Amino acid sequence: MNMQQAIKMTAAETALVDAYGAQIGDLPGDGAVLSLRDTLVHELRTAGLPTRRIESWHYTDLRTLLRDVPAADPSAFADRVEAIVPGSSVLSVRNGQADLKSVPEGIKARSYTDSLVDGSAAAGLAILGADDAIGRINGGLVRGGLEIAIAEGAEFAAPIEIQVVQSHGQAHTRFPVSFGAGSKATVIERHVSTSAEASFVSTVSDVTLGEGADVIWIVVQQQGPADTHLGQIRFDLAKDAKLHIFVINAGGKLVRQELHGRASGEGADLTLRGINLLGGESHTDVTFTLTHAVPHTTSSEIIRNVIFDRARGVFQGKILVAKDAQKTDAKMACNTLLLSDEADMSAKPELEIFADDVQCGHGATVADIDHTQLFYMLARGIPEKKARAMLVNAFVAEIVEELEDDEALVEALEGVISAWLEKHA
Amino acid sequence: MLEIKNLHARIAEDGTEIIRGLDLTVKAGEVAAIMGPNGSGKSTLSYILSGREDYEVTEGDILYNGESILELDPSERAAKGIFLAFQYPVEIPGVATMQFLKVAMNEQRKYRGEDELTTPEFMRRVKEAAAELKIAPEMLRRPLNVGFSGGEKKRAEILQMALLEPKLCVLDETDSGLDIDALKVVADGVNALRSPDRAVVVITHYQRLLDYIVPDTVHVLYKGQIIKSGDKTLAHELEAKGYADIIEAAA
Ligand SMILES: Nc1ncnc2c1ncn2[C@@H]1O[C@H](COP(=O)(O)OP(=O)(O)O)[C@@H](O)[C@H]1O
Ligand SMILES: [Mg+2]
Repeated sequence: MNMQQAIKMTAAETALVDAYGAQIGDLPGDGAVLSLRDTLVHELRTAGLPTRRIESWHYTDLRTLLRDVPAADPSAFADRVEAIVPGSSVLSVRNGQADLKSVPEGIKARSYTDSLVDGSAAAGLAILGADDAIGRINGGLVRGGLEIAIAEGAEFAAPIEIQVVQSHGQAHTRFPVSFGAGSKATVIERHVSTSAEASFVSTVSDVTLGEGADVIWIVVQQQGPADTHLGQIRFDLAKDAKLHIFVINAGGKLVRQELHGRASGEGADLTLRGINLLGGESHTDVTFTLTHAVPHTTSSEIIRNVIFDRARGVFQGKILVAKDAQKTDAKMACNTLLLSDEADMSAKPELEIFADDVQCGHGATVADIDHTQLFYMLARGIPEKKARAMLVNAFVAEIVEELEDDEALVEALEGVISAWLEKHA
Repeated sequence: MLEIKNLHARIAEDGTEIIRGLDLTVKAGEVAAIMGPNGSGKSTLSYILSGREDYEVTEGDILYNGESILELDPSERAAKGIFLAFQYPVEIPGVATMQFLKVAMNEQRKYRGEDELTTPEFMRRVKEAAAELKIAPEMLRRPLNVGFSGGEKKRAEILQMALLEPKLCVLDETDSGLDIDALKVVADGVNALRSPDRAVVVITHYQRLLDYIVPDTVHVLYKGQIIKSGDKTLAHELEAKGYADIIEAAA
């Protein structure tokens, strides 16, 4: 991405660079952070947003798809919303400002703005590689977020909800979250839009699990119909750590959710489940990379896409098994329900295996509603619209039910799905 | 109650004619058996009665209570009281059996302008009917038909029939795959539904089931036509001599 001369910037590129310019002097950071920001924005300016010529952005040509970016509006203000699972501890970020009113015991939380100001955030702002457009945009413009440390052995009765509420304008947030050895927690990362006006959101969560930590990390993305959501989760799993990531995309016009992680300790286990509900003219991309770095680690990934209208879905999944990572067990599946002739799905599951004694597999399927099932339901007197909605719901409900240990959570997620289907199906 | 007149129907996809001028009348209160060798069009007929769109009616008519149902979609036919117990009940992962039953019952009630059932009333009805059919509550907690044995699936069909209280019941080879005990349970379930305002069409190619569900009329379906009709003695005759004679005599 080393370009000799500045490209002609698109409206969106100009808006992002201008957003930086307009906030100079106001963006938090010490000297190191500020110079890093400057470098990132300079790269954005010279290289531009990624196009389909960049392999990892082949199916999501951000430069073409991102038409414009709403101006940052410091007066944009949104109230907290109710926790999605009743009784959760809610830690919110509104308009870049962390709200630490209800931090439960066992958690140390501070405003990420403070980490920018004192420079401790600098190392984490490094991008993952030349094509890490999300890391670049976010690093340049991030104003706030939460830095969270979960104590060793801590357990929680209720989920911890990290809430990013946005009415319009821009939000750039970061969430470095570390889970101490043996801790057990459910975190819900929730992105909500409170208006139909356009928002542009970039967010990076940096999740590290200590030895034996057992974590469920849920992403509920419910942006508005005009919104752009660029999300990234980085994760690292120590010995015997267990992480279940569950992503549900039920909103947004242009969405890219990246997940990049590493099983670094023996016995580490990753489960990824994704539900993507797409309609209208939206474009939603889930891109996942996982490195099995050591022997005896396991992972399982299932992505379910439901695509209506003229929406487009993308799933890229790459599992890399290092040379020493014998006995790796990894299975990846991407299943899509295409519900219109104009809907589209691109799936690219990949395995790169350098060890010889492993069990790895992947598969991708694309189908329409099963007509035999549909007829069976109609023959019992269920009207077609309702029967279709039930079958679509069934297609995704299966993987929600895996979280059955937490009934309230399952109910909340089913609620997100049925609300979306009621509106779109 | 049911009048099928000179029905011709073909597979929509490739135009193959399966039903070739079929006539059949079934009165309210009657139990009619349709017998015939494999491939003669029995299941196809049952699907056409239910309105499956894989088949196209090219000629003739189907009257239900005096009115043509050809323009009705399957869910409307069901709500009007036509029920098909499938030869191969369909598994639907992700749809809970109880939820399915409740939606089906209430959607039919809505269509007919009746109030929806309250949850306790629904539960009471399901429990009662399930006990009659020796269906374990555990089975009802699974997704619809998923992991059910062949016999369990057939019993689940009869459970649905009992709960939906249809007026015209079509049972497509409900006996296949059942051992004798299960067969009796199913037959009892069907017999319990027999009433003067209800008709039952039993499709089978064995006489065995008809020992337990005794038919008023028996019809032989062959190559898409009814080639012979009679009373229950016709079933015994078929059992003893097979289809060959009748087919020859009709030719
Ligand atoms: N949807 C279909 N596609 C292709 N062939 C079909 C279809 N439905 C029925 N047939 C054919 O029509 C004939 C009658 O089938 P069916 O009604 O199942 O017979 P039966 O139930 O009497 O055994 C068979 O030759 C069968 O293969
Ligand atoms: Mg058949």
